[in-house]
Amino acid sequence: MLLALILIPILAAVGIYFGAPARLTALGAAVANIVVAIIAIMANSVFSVEVMSSLEINLSLGFAKDGISIVMLLLAVIVTFAAVFSGSAPEGREKLWFSSILLISAGAIGAFISRDLFFFFAFHELALIPTFLMIGMLGRGDRKEVAWKTTIYLAFGSMVLLVGLLMVVNDIGSFSMDALRPIAAEQQNTVALLLIIGFGTLVSLFPFHSWAAPAYASAPAPVAMLHAGVLKKFGLYGLIVVGYKVAPDGMAHWLPLLLVLLLCNIIWVGLITINQKRVDLMLGNSSVMHMGYIFLAIAALVDNGSSFAMQAAVLLMFAHGISIAMSFCLADRIEAKTGSLELNQLGGLAKAAPTLAFLFGLVGMASIGLPGLANFAGEIMVFFSGFEGWEPADGLGAVQIATIIAIWGVVISAVYMLRAFRHIFQGDTSSRTEDATDLGVCEKIPAILLAVILLVVGIYPNSILQFLP
Amino acid sequence: MNPLWLLFILPLLSAAVIHFALKQKFASIAAILGTVSTGVTLVLAILWLNGSFTVPANFDWINVGDFNPEIGMLGDKLAKGMMIVVCGIGFLVHVFSLGYMKTDESKARYFGNLSLFMFSMTGIVLASNFVMMFIFWELVGLSSYLLIGHWYQKASAAEAAKKAFLSNRIGDFGFLIGILMVSIMAGSFAFGEMNGAEFISFGPWLAGAAVLLVFCGAIGKSAQLPLHIWLPDAMEGPTPVSALIHAATMVAAGVYMMARFFFSIGGEELAILKDIPMVQVIAWIGAITSLVAALMATQQNDIKKILAYSTLSQLGYMVMAVGLLAPDAGMFHLYTHAWFKALLFLGSGAVIYACHHEQDIWKMGGLLKKMPITAITFIIGTLALTAVPFTSGFYSKEGILHAAHDKPGLFWIAVFVAMLTTFYMFRLIFVAFLGDPKHKHAEDAKEVSPIMWAPLALLAIMALASPFLVQLIPARESFTPDTAFHFNDVTYASIGAFLVGIALAFLLYKGKESDPLANNKVMRVFANKFYIDEFYAGIVKWFQDILAAIVHFLDEFLINGMLVGGFTRLAQGTGNIFRKYAQSGNLQHYAFLSGAGILIVIYLTVFAG
Repeated sequence: MLLALILIPILAAVGIYFGAPARLTALGAAVANIVVAIIAIMANSVFSVEVMSSLEINLSLGFAKDGISIVMLLLAVIVTFAAVFSGSAPEGREKLWFSSILLISAGAIGAFISRDLFFFFAFHELALIPTFLMIGMLGRGDRKEVAWKTTIYLAFGSMVLLVGLLMVVNDIGSFSMDALRPIAAEQQNTVALLLIIGFGTLVSLFPFHSWAAPAYASAPAPVAMLHAGVLKKFGLYGLIVVGYKVAPDGMAHWLPLLLVLLLCNIIWVGLITINQKRVDLMLGNSSVMHMGYIFLAIAALVDNGSSFAMQAAVLLMFAHGISIAMSFCLADRIEAKTGSLELNQLGGLAKAAPTLAFLFGLVGMASIGLPGLANFAGEIMVFFSGFEGWEPADGLGAVQIATIIAIWGVVISAVYMLRAFRHIFQGDTSSRTEDATDLGVCEKIPAILLAVILLVVGIYPNSILQFLP
Repeated sequence: MNPLWLLFILPLLSAAVIHFALKQKFASIAAILGTVSTGVTLVLAILWLNGSFTVPANFDWINVGDFNPEIGMLGDKLAKGMMIVVCGIGFLVHVFSLGYMKTDESKARYFGNLSLFMFSMTGIVLASNFVMMFIFWELVGLSSYLLIGHWYQKASAAEAAKKAFLSNRIGDFGFLIGILMVSIMAGSFAFGEMNGAEFISFGPWLAGAAVLLVFCGAIGKSAQLPLHIWLPDAMEGPTPVSALIHAATMVAAGVYMMARFFFSIGGEELAILKDIPMVQVIAWIGAITSLVAALMATQQNDIKKILAYSTLSQLGYMVMAVGLLAPDAGMFHLYTHAWFKALLFLGSGAVIYACHHEQDIWKMGGLLKKMPITAITFIIGTLALTAVPFTSGFYSKEGILHAAHDKPGLFWIAVFVAMLTTFYMFRLIFVAFLGDPKHKHAEDAKEVSPIMWAPLALLAIMALASPFLVQLIPARESFTPDTAFHFNDVTYASIGAFLVGIALAFLLYKGKESDPLANNKVMRVFANKFYIDEFYAGIVKWFQDILAAIVHFLDEFLINGMLVGGFTRLAQGTGNIFRKYAQSGNLQHYAFLSGAGILIVIYLTVFAG
């Protein structure tokens, strides 16, 4: 079952390469993967095959008891389905377009269901390659420079991460993720720092964040959706399921650093986001900013062993993944309808495209944490987890102060999101918006699917939290 | 299912059906659906008063680890009375809107958002804990945003909606921190489970800080200084919305929330709170808001703006009462104010409707003769607002003045504000309703249709009768309003303020064609709202343009430039290392090599291609 989750998209990509109808095959693979994922989750499948006996590397797949992989898998298959529907492949490049989407998806799924550190790492790398290619070959604007910069950053992150992971494997003596345990005390600080920087770079932790916004702005919509929505969560997932497990004391040692960096993500990058004049760059930066909240949950987990910080982080990862994918999907449609993403060239689009306005408004509200939508449930849990271990008699601790500063982020995100909505959809129409058309049926499908998920999870967070005992 | 859940389900269902099924194509059905669903909730709220229903059990919204916010209802007199206010005025506003918004091209969206508001407001009123209240607190913010921006093509409406949302967000920043602190310090965020003794045991400073942070939420929602700026701009929304949301219910939610919080943490006698001196800050913020807003109101010429500043000022009264640890007095004033201020706003809506969307009082005049029902009900509302004896406003204002009686500073501010209130309201009456028509639109004005004046008539009755319907008053069970007439110095001060105010208005404005004070320098400061908006705009501009640009610059050139440059060098460096280790057969090095291989593949594909 689990192997099929990885093989279906890979085989579909191969099939597309050899001439299978690109769009249809990709769509079939995406739907098949949703079905298989649900069955595999219900059956709690496991899979294991020995790959390299001398090093005890096994291709072992499964879901850990903490249930994080389940949520990440769901996120991956849902966003893949939406991504197949999104954007428009340039004439003649359908093969590259759809097979890249499927390979990114296969890599992401593989990384999240691997129970072996080698494949955990390798699948993520596999997913990065088509990401870079798509940006470099089919991206917008300064695509080659952006692709190169992204590659450098992420390759750097991966290498630092690899050093950290190999130190872990050396200490534990196994690649198996089920065998992870706190490593020797004297190594913990080093490993924790390597993992924070390594995983952190992949999640655009400050100051390793400046690749992200230009990459998402340049990337074709499905790639931005899959990377910002799914693949980027790899770093956070890794910090929780590997970092916190192998080096809890090391993470605690670096907690002050982590707090400062995550606050820079929220406040510093938040201010940069306010300063953006283009929708895609604004969304890219806002995605970087929101990573800060998930790091905050991880910090709370490290600080006080909070009883729900992990669930908060995962719920917010899921919510953010869905909402940012929907944002990029719709931003791409705005550009398709009006030919521009410059805020000062748009305006009054709600009149010509009310459905687009409604959906963009909905996802905008989700991303600024409006109750009833998934992101709020995650955010409020994060904030409460920051205060869970508070002893009022001792005054405010570092994590509480960080939480308080982080909450200012809800004001910042409201500023840029409402301003964007104001400039795109409200006020007078511009020459670009007056004749725009509303979303067609096929364009609505991915956005409405994601919107419904945001609503369901927002109203009934247990739909996701049930997987996270 | 417990029928009380219908209080939530009906408006939510109505909103969903209108937005997703009916749309503008079936706008008339949408209008009726919204109105009927609000009518049914009003009936339910009335039946509930008589104890026909018991409160249903809570259910979990989230239940993970030690975090368990529930969705539940409180069924005390505070909640039930407030439901009457919300549903009662909500229903009348819906009925009025049937006439007022009849020809609007987005009528369905209007009624859908109105239903969304009813749903959200119900949640605030009935919330059994702070997390649930915060959820609905944000949702009323959304419905307010949507309704202020109803005519979103108008830049001013779109800006006003944004301003309202952002001002509220700033308040909510403090509110959320306050909720977090209270939930730890009092051991729970459920209103029924807060432990006041534990809360105060952390000392008056920390407890005071928590209380003031919670109060930040009220500063935003109830538009107190320094976040008051959004409310006057919110008048860009349709006038019935101003009546319901921005006068009677939502803006008063801050007062309701503080009363709920104080009763939960302080117990029946609010004893705990007497040990927290910082609570006085709340009273002073309320008093200063009521004073500043009343001064601003004296020089406004837009009929809705006058009422908006008046609302700010009256909210200041209520907040002052809360800060004086007399939340019952504050809630009583909230209750009377809701009816007569809704009356005044709907009345102004009728006037605006009749005068072809003219809002400048200096282009009105003589409306008493043209539209007598509207004018008479408006005057009844004015009498209640200016606290003429035997109207509802008189009794509730007495309560607040009594609460402030032993604090001379607050007391005399309150009395002075009462004088100003009478002054600016009768300025409005003399200019807009009496004298001769000053413009063709006023000349042609006709009485509005019954569907619009019937709600006015009912509200006028409530403006007179509400204090005597004791059962409806949202307050503690033990609270009964003092509806006797006393001869004491509070009453003398109140009546004296009224007489001075009306005399000044008569002398200055009777039969005038333009404002004789318009060129006075001090008055210009009032007219320009003390230049607070300009001051904020300056700060925001400075902040955005300069600070954000600096940050952007640093990010772009320092981090991006230097780190990326560094990485490129690093990549070259590691390339050398790879060559060195390429033959060593060690797994680590192979892995590094695979990383380098990826880089090379990418490089060749992207750049050589």
